[in-house]
Amino acid sequence: MEDKTSLRAPVSQQPHVVRIPEHPEHIGGSVSVEINEKKFSVPLGTTILEACRGNQIHIPTLCHHEDLCVAGVCRICVVEVEGMRTLQASCSFPITNPIKIKTSTQMVRQARKHIIDLMLSEHYGECYACFRNGNCELQTLAKEYGIDHYNFGHISTPRYKVDNSSYSVVRDMDKCVLCKRCVRTCIDLQEVGVLEAIDRGDKTHIGTFFDKPLSDVICINCGQCINRCPTGALRANDPRDEIWEAIDDPLKHVVIQTAPSPRAAIGEEFGIEPGHSFTGELNTALKRIGFDKVFDTNFTADLTIMEEGTELLMRLYRTLVKKEQTALPQFTSCSPGWVKFIEHFYPEYIDNLSSAKSPQQMFGALIKTYYAQKNGVNPEDIVSVALMPCAAKKFECNRPEMNSSGFKDVDYGLTTRELAQMIKEAGIYLPEMPRQGFDDPFGEASGAGLIFGASGGVMEAALRTVIELVTGQKVESIFNNANIIPLRGFEGIKYAEIPVEKVGPVPDILKNLVPDWNWLKGATLKVAVAHGTANAKKVMDDIKNGGKFSECHFIEFMACPGGCIGGGGQPIPTSQEIRAKRAKAIYTEDESLSLRKSHENEHVTSIYETFLKEGPCGHTSHKYLHTHYVKRGRFIS
Amino acid sequence: MLTAEKNAMVEEIELLVAKYGKDRSALLSILHEIQKRYRYISEYAQQEVARMLDIHPVEVYSFISFFAFLNSEPKGRNLVRICKTISCDMVGKSAIVKTIERELGVEIGGTTKDNKFTVEYANCLGLCDQGPVMAINDRVYVKLTPEKAVKLLSEVK
Amino acid sequence: MNIPGKTERTGPVLFSGYKRGEAITKALSLSREDILFELKDSKLKGRGGAGFPTSTKWMLVAAAKGDKKYVICNADEGEPGTFKDRVLLMEYPELVFDGMVIAGYTMGASLGIVYLRGEYEYILKSLEDYLEEMRKDNLLGNNILGKGINFDIQIVLGSGAYVCGEETALIESLEGNRGEARNRPPYPVNTGFNGKPTSVNNVETFAAVCKIILNGGKWYCTFGTDKSTGSKLFSVSGDCEKPGVYELHWGAKISEVLDLVGAKHTKAVQVGGASGICIPKSQFNRTLAYEDASTGGSIIIFNESRNMIDVLKNFMEFFVEESCGQCTPCRIGNSKLLEGVELIEKGEFTFNYINKLKDLGRTMQVSAKCGLGQSSPNSFISILENFKDEVLNKSNGGRNGR
Repeated sequence: MEDKTSLRAPVSQQPHVVRIPEHPEHIGGSVSVEINEKKFSVPLGTTILEACRGNQIHIPTLCHHEDLCVAGVCRICVVEVEGMRTLQASCSFPITNPIKIKTSTQMVRQARKHIIDLMLSEHYGECYACFRNGNCELQTLAKEYGIDHYNFGHISTPRYKVDNSSYSVVRDMDKCVLCKRCVRTCIDLQEVGVLEAIDRGDKTHIGTFFDKPLSDVICINCGQCINRCPTGALRANDPRDEIWEAIDDPLKHVVIQTAPSPRAAIGEEFGIEPGHSFTGELNTALKRIGFDKVFDTNFTADLTIMEEGTELLMRLYRTLVKKEQTALPQFTSCSPGWVKFIEHFYPEYIDNLSSAKSPQQMFGALIKTYYAQKNGVNPEDIVSVALMPCAAKKFECNRPEMNSSGFKDVDYGLTTRELAQMIKEAGIYLPEMPRQGFDDPFGEASGAGLIFGASGGVMEAALRTVIELVTGQKVESIFNNANIIPLRGFEGIKYAEIPVEKVGPVPDILKNLVPDWNWLKGATLKVAVAHGTANAKKVMDDIKNGGKFSECHFIEFMACPGGCIGGGGQPIPTSQEIRAKRAKAIYTEDESLSLRKSHENEHVTSIYETFLKEGPCGHTSHKYLHTHYVKRGRFIS
Repeated sequence: MLTAEKNAMVEEIELLVAKYGKDRSALLSILHEIQKRYRYISEYAQQEVARMLDIHPVEVYSFISFFAFLNSEPKGRNLVRICKTISCDMVGKSAIVKTIERELGVEIGGTTKDNKFTVEYANCLGLCDQGPVMAINDRVYVKLTPEKAVKLLSEVK
Repeated sequence: MNIPGKTERTGPVLFSGYKRGEAITKALSLSREDILFELKDSKLKGRGGAGFPTSTKWMLVAAAKGDKKYVICNADEGEPGTFKDRVLLMEYPELVFDGMVIAGYTMGASLGIVYLRGEYEYILKSLEDYLEEMRKDNLLGNNILGKGINFDIQIVLGSGAYVCGEETALIESLEGNRGEARNRPPYPVNTGFNGKPTSVNNVETFAAVCKIILNGGKWYCTFGTDKSTGSKLFSVSGDCEKPGVYELHWGAKISEVLDLVGAKHTKAVQVGGASGICIPKSQFNRTLAYEDASTGGSIIIFNESRNMIDVLKNFMEFFVEESCGQCTPCRIGNSKLLEGVELIEKGEFTFNYINKLKDLGRTMQVSAKCGLGQSSPNSFISILENFKDEVLNKSNGGRNGR
């Protein structure tokens, strides 16, 4: 019919728009509310849930998630509102006039118990045989309400088949409580649109287009649904058994690379407050578990910067000097969720993706070539594991083109959660471990690689290097302490302009590519950062329409909200606050380092001297460190 | 599906979108017409509708799965729906169903071998004063007896 | 079409004769405020069953801010045992559509949408033709009757979902979403179809409005009871000689209705359809009214030969299928109640468990998200309470009965 805003979520799930009345008595927009016979004043439009939580009154919730729009479907948060015949869901009830609320009457307690009973009756399996045991919101509720037996029976046979078709996400609908957090994550938060409720009544379930297996639909493997699932219905495809087997096999040389974001979050799995990095402790734990070598993914993050930064300069050179048709802006390619997103939704733009592989895959290629040669290990015997904050990395390492070493470059992507489980199985309490460094020959890495973990980090790392390579000046002369603040933080889309006032001599490493930088003098480098595919979509649509972002030169995209620290392989739960703390841990660690720029990393320089001899974007680099992308279907994979 | 058929279907959907608009609120009407024309809404049709209305295909599938009168899988050439709700139940719906099952050699919910009929239950058809009631495609027949039901079916092409 | 043609119907208000456009002509000579006052005087309540005062709803929409407003006619008549809207639309479209035009004028809406249940597709053509005639007579479209009022009506077909009779689920499905009820507040009067102020009214409500505009609110109050004014269309089916649609004053006794329709040896009457309550013989002197036995019009009669557990099972199967499935109490609760009925049927129940299920039903009544889940336990609770001797004691093969 006619007009409507373009919001994706059904109206029922959108946050309420409360029109503040224009009467003078409402200036200040607050309203008084009586909760359990105590009076409070709250901003007009506050939900009952927010009002209670802000005043230390506990209300249980299940379908509610602070990252997501309102659903109001589980009904566990019901309360009594005076004058209303029925109980009201506190998560979705905005307070717009003075009301009296009771949060724990007999009727309320009975209703909540019944709702938990009902969910348990259809929740197949037992808690002790579930990977979410101890970290399950349904289990917590059952405990909170003292449920000691199944009041309305318990389903004895599974109703659904587990879908483990995807390399990244496994769905077990028998554990689903239909809170629709995954639906809201997929459709509304990420705007990917793979999951929805299918059928109705007692047959309602969460499914995909035509109930196809996840591997056959347009899932980008971001795993954000896993992070928000309250129960064991969603999990990552878990390679622990295979990895243990490799560790136990004396003939296998098992190496692991660890990304910065898991190190900043794994403590949460051991009961530590978010915001503490356990890099050194983790190295020790991994050695004790039995990994032969522990490498720092930040090393190849530095390498990524060299390659991707050079590629950017070359694209600019070809456009501005050689007047060749070149795809600009250049897009980062280290987030495999984002890569698959663009392959599905904007396939006409895959040439804009940097051809540089992600740090994980660069490392994979180097371990089975450079490292194997150097240390005299048969690459066939190497089992290469990558500790990643990410579900999509599991898919990425299984992409058929990721075999430039002649083998599968990375054998297993392992999430933070899965590694924490392995550490526990090995009888280790991570926070107690002594600290140790990474193994050679990749030991040292810069802080630039470290900050890849937070949204804006790749761009910041790239700029620290590009600015210095081009201007010959210290980046500190432009940005205080080399912290490029405009690119940090959780704003969905960030934008910055950096004028190139002076140019310096071309550094040795790039001399075979470009004669001088004079053509960049007086130019303004325009960059942008987007995190979460919903924001990525906004930027891409703007580019399509020839808007401001189409004039950018370089754009960082991350599939997950907050960047890798909010990745789909990170500890559960997640929230804006938790993600901010993890980011802070990363930035603090970066600032504590003396080496903070990729091009200053001596190991990087050395690998260009001994292995990747033609320099960044040279022939050997292209063979091992670059890749290509495929156009995928818009609707099904 | 043949390319020519596909193209014809896309054209038809384009016409429907032109008629009802590109807004999501056109979805119910568009799907209704596709259902009427093809007796089901194929995977391809669902993708095309999603593309033209700029919504996710899974949302179209979800929507279709929600409504009893929309279906994603093909059915027989004629759809027979017998009201099973209380008032029709009380005046002999079971006898009608048994007879039809026997005559057509098909269980309720199924499709005859020659693909001529799909026989289903329906919830209240709103003719409770004239039960038992049966709908064949979009026509309804009231005050049925088993004999009358069979005669009606035999008149269907 | 072998639906019986127009029969001669008589009734105090709606079935008392009306000429197309009469009420529109009168309404357009009145101010919007006058119409709202008339409605307020009439104490007309929504005829879908919930009984919300129509004047209040219309005033809220009239007062709400919005560049567009909508009037929706809820013709998704899906309640088992209800078919009065079918009769109104087939035989008295003039009352319904004139009522919608008046609603559009009163609330400042320019578009009316009839949400016609898919099961009634066979009426669609005649309704479309009728609307075309109204347009020719300048009762619809631009500048209605030269009074500068623009209002048009379109018909949208539903597709077989009982829950879409719930107004917010109806709006969701119109917007192209699953027919899942919304969180309230906000209410449709502020945030309805496409986020605009929307009034959703039952077919019969619109018809009543025409009569009130023509004859006045005070006149309307002369029918019915103090709290339930005017008349009501009752859809009567089940064990009786003359099933059909009857227009009666509110406040009629159940026993009077039974006499009128020729019901004999009646054991029970289901008032309000599957979501209503089941009334035993001992309570047949109760009145049909919002304040007593309330109903959207469905009256289903059961004689002594009927097994009440069969009846209950039919109802519960209906709800298990027709629940939209979004909220826990309704989705799983109805399945549990149906399981309970099956246990009773097999004689394998315990009184303890049946009592637990009744408690569960009471939880559903207060905690389900919309009217469907809030009312689906009504028949379970009322049948098990009012007919417990028959259902639980007499034929009890269960463990407690042995």
